[in-house]
Amino acid sequence: MSGANRIAGKGRLTPARTVRFTFDGQALTAVEGDTLASALIANGIHLTGRSFKYHRPRGMLSAGPEEPNALMDIGRDSARRTPNVRATVQEVFDGMQAKSQNRWPSLSFDIGAVNNLASPMFAAGFYYKTFMWPKAAWKKLYEPVIRNAAGLGVSPSERDPDHYANHHAHCDVLVIGGGVAGLAAALSAAHAGAEVIICDEQPEMGGAFRHETDTTIAGKSGFDWAQAVVAELRAMDNVRVLTRTTAFGYQAQNHVGLVERVTEHLAAPDARLPRERMWQVRARQVVIATGAIERHMVFANNDRPGIMLASAARTFLNHFGVAVGARVGVYTANDSAYNAAFDLKRAGVSIPVIVDVRPQVDAALLARAADLGIEVLTGHAVVDTKGSLRVRSMKVARIGGGGGKDYAIDALIMSSGWTPSVHMYSQSRGKVVWDEASERFLPGVHPQASMSIGACNGTDDLNETIAEAVRAGRESAEKAGVASGGGWAPPAAVAGTSWAGNMMGSGEGAGPDTTVKAFVDFQNDVTAKDIRLAVREGMESIEHVKRFTTNGMATDQGKTSNIHGLAIAAEMLDRPLPKVGLTTFRSPYTPVTFGAIVNHSRGALFDPTRKTPMHDWEAAHGAVFEDVGQWKRAWYYPRTGEDMHQAVNRECRTVREAAGLFDASTLGKIEVVGPDAAAFLNLLYTNSWDKLEPGRCKYGIMLREDGFIYDDGVVGRMAEDRFHVTTTTGGAPRVMHHMEDYLQTEFPHLKVWLTSTSEQWAVIAVQGPKAREIIAPLVEGIDMSSEAMPHMSVREGRICGVPTRLFRMSFTGEAGFEVNVPADYGKAVWEAIWARAEPMGACAYGTEAMHVLRAEKGYIIVGQDTDGTVTPDDAGLNWAVAKKKPDFVGIRGMKRPDLVREGRKQLVGLQTRDPKIVLEEGAQIVADPNQTVPMKMLGHVTSSYWSENCGRSIAMGVVAGGRSLMGQTLYVPMPDRTIEVTVTDTVFIDKQGERLNG
Amino acid sequence: MRKYSIFAVAREAMRGHKGWDKQWTSPEPKKEYDVIIVGAGGHGLGTAYYLAKEHGITNIAVIEKGWLGGGNTGRNTTIIRSNYLYDESAGLYNHALNLWEGLSQDLNYNVMYSARGVMMLSHNVHDVQGAKRHIHANRLNGVDNEWMTPEQAKAFCPPLNISQTARYPVMGAALQRRGGVARHDAVAWGYARGAADRGVHVIQNCEVTGVRRGADGAVEGVDTTRGFIGARKVGVVAAGHTSVIMEMAGVRMPLESFPLQALVSEPVKPIFPCVVMSNTVHAYISQSDKGELVIGAGTDQYTSYSQTGGLHILSHTLDAICEMFPIFNRMKMLRSWGGIVDVTPDRSPIVGKTPVPGLFVNCGWGTGGFKATPGSAHVFAHTIARDEPHRINAGFTLDRFRSGRLIDEAAAAAVAH
Amino acid sequence: MLLIHCPYCQEERPELEFRNTGEAHIARPADIANISDEAFEVFFFLRDNPKGLTYERWRHIHGCGRFFNAVRDTVSDKFVTTYKAGLPKVAVVRADDGSVRVSDRVEGAGL
Repeated sequence: MSGANRIAGKGRLTPARTVRFTFDGQALTAVEGDTLASALIANGIHLTGRSFKYHRPRGMLSAGPEEPNALMDIGRDSARRTPNVRATVQEVFDGMQAKSQNRWPSLSFDIGAVNNLASPMFAAGFYYKTFMWPKAAWKKLYEPVIRNAAGLGVSPSERDPDHYANHHAHCDVLVIGGGVAGLAAALSAAHAGAEVIICDEQPEMGGAFRHETDTTIAGKSGFDWAQAVVAELRAMDNVRVLTRTTAFGYQAQNHVGLVERVTEHLAAPDARLPRERMWQVRARQVVIATGAIERHMVFANNDRPGIMLASAARTFLNHFGVAVGARVGVYTANDSAYNAAFDLKRAGVSIPVIVDVRPQVDAALLARAADLGIEVLTGHAVVDTKGSLRVRSMKVARIGGGGGKDYAIDALIMSSGWTPSVHMYSQSRGKVVWDEASERFLPGVHPQASMSIGACNGTDDLNETIAEAVRAGRESAEKAGVASGGGWAPPAAVAGTSWAGNMMGSGEGAGPDTTVKAFVDFQNDVTAKDIRLAVREGMESIEHVKRFTTNGMATDQGKTSNIHGLAIAAEMLDRPLPKVGLTTFRSPYTPVTFGAIVNHSRGALFDPTRKTPMHDWEAAHGAVFEDVGQWKRAWYYPRTGEDMHQAVNRECRTVREAAGLFDASTLGKIEVVGPDAAAFLNLLYTNSWDKLEPGRCKYGIMLREDGFIYDDGVVGRMAEDRFHVTTTTGGAPRVMHHMEDYLQTEFPHLKVWLTSTSEQWAVIAVQGPKAREIIAPLVEGIDMSSEAMPHMSVREGRICGVPTRLFRMSFTGEAGFEVNVPADYGKAVWEAIWARAEPMGACAYGTEAMHVLRAEKGYIIVGQDTDGTVTPDDAGLNWAVAKKKPDFVGIRGMKRPDLVREGRKQLVGLQTRDPKIVLEEGAQIVADPNQTVPMKMLGHVTSSYWSENCGRSIAMGVVAGGRSLMGQTLYVPMPDRTIEVTVTDTVFIDKQGERLNG
Repeated sequence: MRKYSIFAVAREAMRGHKGWDKQWTSPEPKKEYDVIIVGAGGHGLGTAYYLAKEHGITNIAVIEKGWLGGGNTGRNTTIIRSNYLYDESAGLYNHALNLWEGLSQDLNYNVMYSARGVMMLSHNVHDVQGAKRHIHANRLNGVDNEWMTPEQAKAFCPPLNISQTARYPVMGAALQRRGGVARHDAVAWGYARGAADRGVHVIQNCEVTGVRRGADGAVEGVDTTRGFIGARKVGVVAAGHTSVIMEMAGVRMPLESFPLQALVSEPVKPIFPCVVMSNTVHAYISQSDKGELVIGAGTDQYTSYSQTGGLHILSHTLDAICEMFPIFNRMKMLRSWGGIVDVTPDRSPIVGKTPVPGLFVNCGWGTGGFKATPGSAHVFAHTIARDEPHRINAGFTLDRFRSGRLIDEAAAAAVAH
Repeated sequence: MLLIHCPYCQEERPELEFRNTGEAHIARPADIANISDEAFEVFFFLRDNPKGLTYERWRHIHGCGRFFNAVRDTVSDKFVTTYKAGLPKVAVVRADDGSVRVSDRVEGAGL
């Protein structure tokens, strides 16, 4: 048995196919295809949650995605647990664990409900007016209490073991919504030859036919017709049908985000399937067929479990075969609720009365009610309800008449009319227009290539809807430029339900003169009087009303509440409703799982990892890597028992005593070729390149136009018209971009071609006194003698039989070479060099040792010793700025008043008085350590290391007027002590540079 | 105006909350005011408030094309901190932080300033160097900021993933304990109420269509959709629309306006006790007092006044959030939105005089203006009242782009070697 | 995410392939070394930042690599047209219905 409230013969589920689940630990049975909501109601359970502020007992309001109340924690296991899931959307699967939220100790006895008693205090915005005294109590007492009270479900606490998929799709026509309008449009477009995608959030298409069973199309019931259309669509090659798929975001240029729930309804999903799949659709045309959402009635105590939308009760009955009660009251301002009442009555449910606020009601409806023996009270209202954990009675009164009569009920269904779902249209940046005749907001001009049809467009009549849809499908195909001769004729249809009747705002007994709780927004506990209070306090914009009351800000984003809130505010302001405005519809339409958006971008795939050709060798030799941008660079190579400090000291010592191998492959490389290559470099660098002979290289500085250092690197001239440019590791892409920008747009007359070769060359730096001896035997075709190949030269030849560009250059101050070989040979050449180097006492060294070695020589690292505010002069690099060039990028910027003023920060060396003390990089430098805070800071330490080769600490820093302070003592105030430093030049070893030429 | 207090709330609770005053009124604009502020966001309303409260100038109109607090004030992720590198920035933002701490009491309006701590993560050696530089500079400037090991960071923010196998492992963090968040709407409303109470006119739904200048070049007032309104002093505090207003006065600005998006999750019980930022992986997150995770995304690459941006920007942000906080992968995005941020070349604001006599501008806050609201408003009020900048905003001049004396907080976080 | 028509590839491609590179038709002064501080400020820092039609530069950085210019409405983010770098500034006209199209008229030469 899958619940006492199943009605035999009703609904579309198969009763024999039962599944088991738990709700707050209670074992229950459902039928396959049930939502959690229908399963609970089948089991007689309406109480499903507690409201946000007052902890009032709540049940299902709806049977769909607009649900504000029935939010649950749904789990398969401890890691697959999701809070705030709408019970009206979640399908039950075998083994599902559902838990109610925001209650303690239990759903039926919730201590938090004490808030309900104190509710007069908790009017809208009360927290802005209090909790301010004493000041300290805010942080210690008030705020924690407020925060603990807020929030609904409990966040997951484990890493999500599920995976998600992403799919980019292109189509001629995207149809959003699989109701009658969407299906007809899709079929029409598909028959016209368009590639069509149609999506719908429900497991089965059919839209309103899930609840509305009076319609006949092409001789079939509406729902059966819909399934036949779906079958036809699925059979067509040019159509993709997506169910359980919600269009959540409509972006620029018809970019629409859909999210498909793939496995969340399955008991034992295939582990290869994604939990959800994101569809990013680019459609030439979009047809919006999103229907309409029914609104509740706003009256006193309209929130008790068992009180729900009429269409929801009808869905539970006609789709799921579940009666929402045995004795159901009806309160409406709309015709369609009558049909719900009729369906329930015919299914054996007692309908004591239909209460209709309208004085006049369609005679045919009244006649049908009379035929079924249902009493109808027109011009009446439900003015109150009773029942603690479920509604048990309603009080009905004549409008304006006072008094009232109680009716015993166990459920109450209601409708104040239907709000067109203009969310997608509005997200497409369309401006809704108020339709005075039907009193609703409808789509106006469509700013993108889209159209709205059916209920979301205010088209109520069934045949008009079908005609509109067929037209839209055809027109979309035509506009997409794909329409062929084919077409599809609209079927004959007979409508069975009228959707007429509309009421907005609060009803009888909940007017401005009352203090009752008539809920507008259920989840956030916003009542009609809260809206009025906001207006009374000066909130005249609907956005202010929304934010002050939180109306429409709950997880349902106001799907049922926004129009009521607006109407109540308009009434208070005595302004026409459209003059008060409508809050903006924002993406997503319904909440979207982060994981579906994040998709595969997790862990290693969060960002690509770049590895050099020698990476595996380095890893095998114990390298510890550091992240530099996307690169993994060997940081240091600890040997057994060594910590980082010891390893780096050894590497630094070894390089200067013997030699070291360093992987410099990450450096950016750009091939600059063409007859004007030198002229181009003259413009891009501060240096002059005219006199650089082929076979020689030079250190270059690149500025931005504002005169600050942008990048640096060694440039080799391979031939008259060919340069091998190197850049910093991080700077490679932006330097290339910067060069292309100038070449293409400012200096297009220059005949130059640029090619990024960063990943084409593996670069092995061999540095140290034995560098030449190590590689010479491997090199062919190059005279490597100092005379033939002095410092700062470059040759082409072969190494280990592989073509090489061999640079004689140094970033260590030692004689050294940088061996460039095609990347595919990098590892083999490295290994060959290593085979010679290791027996000769050389080591592999990492970036940390490289940093120390270059600092010992005062070589800067752009981005560490400079930030974006350092000029060449600040960095002591004036020698690299050509004085006679008429133009180069940055030539004007670097002459601006502030860039040439006295007292700028200049790069200097710093030596601690105590040679054992290593300064902290980033530490600040002052002249007077005894001044009070805020101190006047002169600059900061940019680079600082223990130098094993110097036998002391060394550092560089930028200091205001630093070069005029040589030999003077400055101070570095640390939290625990003040460190004395002496200002020096930046070269700490081999000041004459003799080792370079060794 | 009736004072807010627990007693007032209790009294009103007894009578259906019918005795509350309007927090602000909607007056018709007068023909002339002493000062016009263009833009009723937090900075603009605050400027009017401090002009009235501290400088005795109450004949003020704050003109707003939409609804007050509806621009970036109502769209940001409310992060408050002052741990900026340069003396000028630290001075300005710390001035703001000092005012935040007493703002609820000063305004008699609970702005829910929550000093939950702002933790900025370091993911590589370069980040660590930058963070340490900030911490040391902040310490000597009297701004709290302290270094946290990964383990300390995890203890401070339990959802944080400090696994060393993460794509960009956390190497540490800089924590400003005084940093935090506040309720953005309350800031605008509190200032609006405080200003209105002192006689300031807050005029909503009134768009400036022109800035009138006299024969001497000085400002005479503004044309609006509700007619001409005169004033000898006009302060433009129009955020993303500053270029548009200044162009009306004939002043071309060093500004570009970009879309900036943000999003919130569905509300959950307290899980995230602080604010965490990571500039390296681009993620900014806190939890609101309503329980929503509040997540800031990056800007789109093109200028726009559309208040919308691309889905890939949000996606990139959520990638980073779920990488650092893997437990949130099953959480759901509830709402996303966009604002328009005006960005200067050095990423620091412009607060001061303009070449046009009587015309003042407060703009260029980029993605981080909310945190400065009280400080910005306070010194801007001083600048307008005295016709000269306060010492705290003296460096934030418009003409620094001519001299090159920039305050380049962005450059100081330069891209790595 | 925008779709952008590359005037070199003659294809509409997603924004991820492109890099926006700021306001267009700002020529680097020919004698930049000798311009005034004011002129440098105008060249390097001041921007129109219009609400409405903007002339901007893009680069098809993950495509053909070429820089080009675009006219786009910053209110709707809709492109009016894109054209190759170096071509004169394209004149556009706004029709009564608010739509914008390229005018036949050619404005003064620009970069």
